[in-house]
Parts: sequence; C-alpha cells; structure tokens
Amino acid sequence: MLSTEKIIEIKDLSKVYPDGFHALKSVNLDIHKGEIFALLGPNGAGKTTLINMICGIVNIHQGKIKIDDHDVINDFRITRKMVGLVPQELTSETFETVLGTVCFSRGLFGKKKNDQYIKKILKSLSLWDKRDSSILKLSGGMKRRVLIAKALAHEPKIIFLDEPTAGVDVELRQDMWQVVKQLRSDGVTIILTTHYIEEAQQIADRIGIIDHGELILVKEKENLMRELGKKHIKIILEEPLNEVPEELKSFGLAMDENNSSIVFSYDSSDKNGISSLLQAMSICGIRFSDIETKESSLEEIFVDLVKRKSD
Amino acid sequence: MNYQAIKAIYIFEMSRMRRTLFQSIVAPVISTTLYFVVFGAAIGSRITEIDGVSYGSFIVPGLIMLSILTESVSNASFGIYFPKFSGTIYEVLSAPISFIEITIGFVGAAATKSIIVGTIILLTANLFVSITILHPFWMIAFLILTATSFSLLGFILGIWADNWEKLAIAPTLIITPLAFLGGSFYSISMLPPFWQKITLLNPVVYLISGFRWSFYENADVSVYLSLLMIIVFMFICLIIIYYIFRTGYRLRV
Repeated sequence: MLSTEKIIEIKDLSKVYPDGFHALKSVNLDIHKGEIFALLGPNGAGKTTLINMICGIVNIHQGKIKIDDHDVINDFRITRKMVGLVPQELTSETFETVLGTVCFSRGLFGKKKNDQYIKKILKSLSLWDKRDSSILKLSGGMKRRVLIAKALAHEPKIIFLDEPTAGVDVELRQDMWQVVKQLRSDGVTIILTTHYIEEAQQIADRIGIIDHGELILVKEKENLMRELGKKHIKIILEEPLNEVPEELKSFGLAMDENNSSIVFSYDSSDKNGISSLLQAMSICGIRFSDIETKESSLEEIFVDLVKRKSD
Repeated sequence: MNYQAIKAIYIFEMSRMRRTLFQSIVAPVISTTLYFVVFGAAIGSRITEIDGVSYGSFIVPGLIMLSILTESVSNASFGIYFPKFSGTIYEVLSAPISFIEITIGFVGAAATKSIIVGTIILLTANLFVSITILHPFWMIAFLILTATSFSLLGFILGIWADNWEKLAIAPTLIITPLAFLGGSFYSISMLPPFWQKITLLNPVVYLISGFRWSFYENADVSVYLSLLMIIVFMFICLIIIYYIFRTGYRLRV
C-alpha cells in the first residue's frame, strides 16, 4: 500500500522566463513519501523547470513549494538538505577525481566526512575502482554514475533524477534501476523524468504527465493503465471475410491486409465488449481459429494523451 | 552558518591550485625575477634611491601588490566562472548555503592563493635586495585586505562574465594598467602636479601607498586614508554581491 503522506507540496506554481516563455502554468502537485514518481512529458514541457524550481536553481515566479512542510525559500537550509539532484546534463568538474568530487558534494550540503558511506555509494555504483581517476577520463555512462553518487553523497530523503539513463548503455541502465530500487526500499522518495517510458512503466508508483507547462494528469500507474489503457484482441478467422458484416460494424473492427483476421480495441474497463462481439460473430456464423490479446503500453497512453491535448 | 560547505568550497578551490602547482608558484617567481632584471637592474642603475630607499627595495611592495591584485581578480573570477561555464554551478545553487557562505568559500580560497603568491614574491625579492618591514602587522593587514577586496571584485566579474573574453578583459585592461599607473614602480611625487592629482583618482594608489608605508614608512597618501579606501572598496563589492545573490543575476533565472 502506497503512503499518501505528502513530502512535497506544490501549489499554483508558475514560471515565466525573462524572454516571456511560459514554462509552467499553475501546477499543483503532491509527492508522497517513499514513492517513485515518474514525470513524463515531451521536450520543453516544463519537467526540468519544475525540478529546478523545487531544488532552488530556478527562481519561483508564482506559487509555493513545501518540502516536508517547510517552505523552500524561507526554510531553504532545511529543505535543500533533504534533496539530491541528478541533472540532465553531464556536468562535472573535469579535472577533479571521482572521490574528490563526491566528497565535495557531501561537504557542500553540510555533512561531515564519512568515508564508509562514500565507499558504500561508490561501490553500489561500480565506481570504487575509479575513485582516483579524473572525471575527464570516464565514459559518459560512468560520468552519469558520478552524478548519481554526488546526489546521494549527503544522504538525501528525496532524489530527483532528471533523465538519468539518457546516453547510458543497457547494462548500466539496469544497474542504475537496481540502485533506484534499493533507494526506494531505504525509504527515499524518487522523482524521475525519463524518455524511456517503458522504464517508468516498470518502476514508477505514480505517473504525472506534463505538456506545455501544464500538468495534464497525475495517477497511480495501475489506475492509469486500467482507466486509459486500451486492450486489443486479434481474432484469427477460419475463413477470410470480404468485409466486416453490418451486424459487427458497431464494434469498430479493423481488418488486416489479407482479411484473415479482425482486431477489436476496447477500454480496459469495458468488461462486456468481448462477449458481445463473440456472440455477434456467432450469430453471423463467423468462425475463428485463434485469439491474441495485447494491452496498451504506458508509452501509447502517453502519446495518446499528449496528442489529444494538442488537438 | 554552514561551515562544512564553506570548508568544502575552500578545499575544492585550493585543490585546483595544487593541481597547477608549477604554474602557481614558478610563474610568479619567474615574473618577479624578470621585473627585477628590467626595473631593478636597468632602471635602478639610473634611479638609485627614492625617499631614502634603494630603487630595488622601493619597488618590492608595488611588485607584490601588482601580483596580489591580478592574482586575486583572476583566481576569484575563474573560480566562480568555471562552474558556470561547465554547468556544475547547479550544485552550489541547490545546496543549503547562503550567499555569505558561498562568497566566503570562493573568495577565501582566491585570496589565500594570491597571498601565497605574494609571499613567494616577497621571498624571491629578498634574494635580490634587502627588505625591511617596519610595520609587519600593517603589512599583513594590507595584504589580507587587498587580497580579499580584489578577490571580491574578481568574484563579481566572474559572475558577470558570460564568455572567456569578458573574463580576461578586467585583469588585462583594467587591473594591470591601474596597478602600473598606481605607483608600483615609482613614487607619485615624481610626477608633475597635474598628473599627481589625476593619479589620486586611481584606487590602487592608496593600496600601494599603504602597503609601501608598512615596509619603509614612505607613503604617497596617509596610511589611514589607504585603509579607509580598502574598506570602502570592500563594502561596495559586498553590497554588489548581496544584490547579485538576492536577484539571482547571471546565476538563477
């Protein structure tokens, strides 16, 4: 059962950049303690602006942000200690060593030196062997890991992962998700943005979709998939049909190129669609040899929602 | 006060100096030697004494001040500009630290580096000429105040600069000319009366004069006026930095 205790509370948050670009429009959002929240949206939707405003990197134009009931401006010393950020860009002190930069991050957030903890982080991210290497010599994937290590160095309760797997190979990506799962089991709240929507589908508890600065939807992943997802049934016919019979037209069926199968799409919540269709087929004397089912992915739901919004 | 953060920034900035130790130490030693060869030997053979001090010894405080000014501005401006350029500034901006702590960390490290360089120059100069420091406490005070106030200026320039060219403009086009024209290598009493008055508009004159007084008790202006000028300059820089962090100028949008 997911906790509904709020750890981040965003009220009526707006951002207009000096060039007039309206990056966020009255966003209201609560993040729950201990959850993995995936924020999805096309490029330029406002994901990074939202994260940067929570972390204090971008000025708040209008609205309020509270972390654990503390205002992010008035109580910035309390709120910022609780937050770790892995930025989208691979930014690092090129000539510094891995260990040096991670220790710097810990100190910057007011924590005393803790060699054991730093060692644990570096080992969990497979960086321990590279601790004395300068960041300049690391691959893109390893640099991404360094950024994660830096974000974790001060033992934050909340971590923002802004596109953490961009440019990372499959193996590294899987390792990273293991780290995320471990953090979650340690009680850390995780907010992530990703282009790999199938990852959000696998890992997130709740999904938020943002587009053109507006938060279109926030739902628990399971509910989202159930309510907005579509199921598709492909019915393989024993004999091809020339056209969909009149009696079946109300089902909105699609036929394949060979007219040898029909596809019926219905809402996940629709319980009676299949039996009605099969009954109608039986009445029409249409026999079938096989049935295949397919469910909408989160990606399809996302694309559909964003498309609907822009239409 | 987040002392850990100040310490982290300070150590991180100082480690940059360790990485470039050769450049940090050898460069000022070579340039000081060259100044002594050019100014001490060539010009010094024509100007034997100024206000009772041999020319070689007379230029030492000015030489140290010249390096302190340029090093402070360069170190501090680079220290804050580089994270902006590389993008790592996000970490400082998202950390639980106030502008005072950020400033102390960056400016403290820049001032320390320039004081180290100043000390190296003093030691190098001591190999060429005999140096007397009549007021060591004042000498140290002027050294620290000048290094700190010009590091504050460098910090402001580093935030203001949005490209490498702008970063290089201030030390090259402003600080070095002001230091050369501020009496580093001569006493302003040697200038015609008109130029003496004009020179008094140069703030560096007060720094060099005060610093030289702490060595030889020779000053172009009152030592208290020198001290006042440095303190006023430092406060102006602090006010500008406060404004920068309050508005987020060139740091936060």
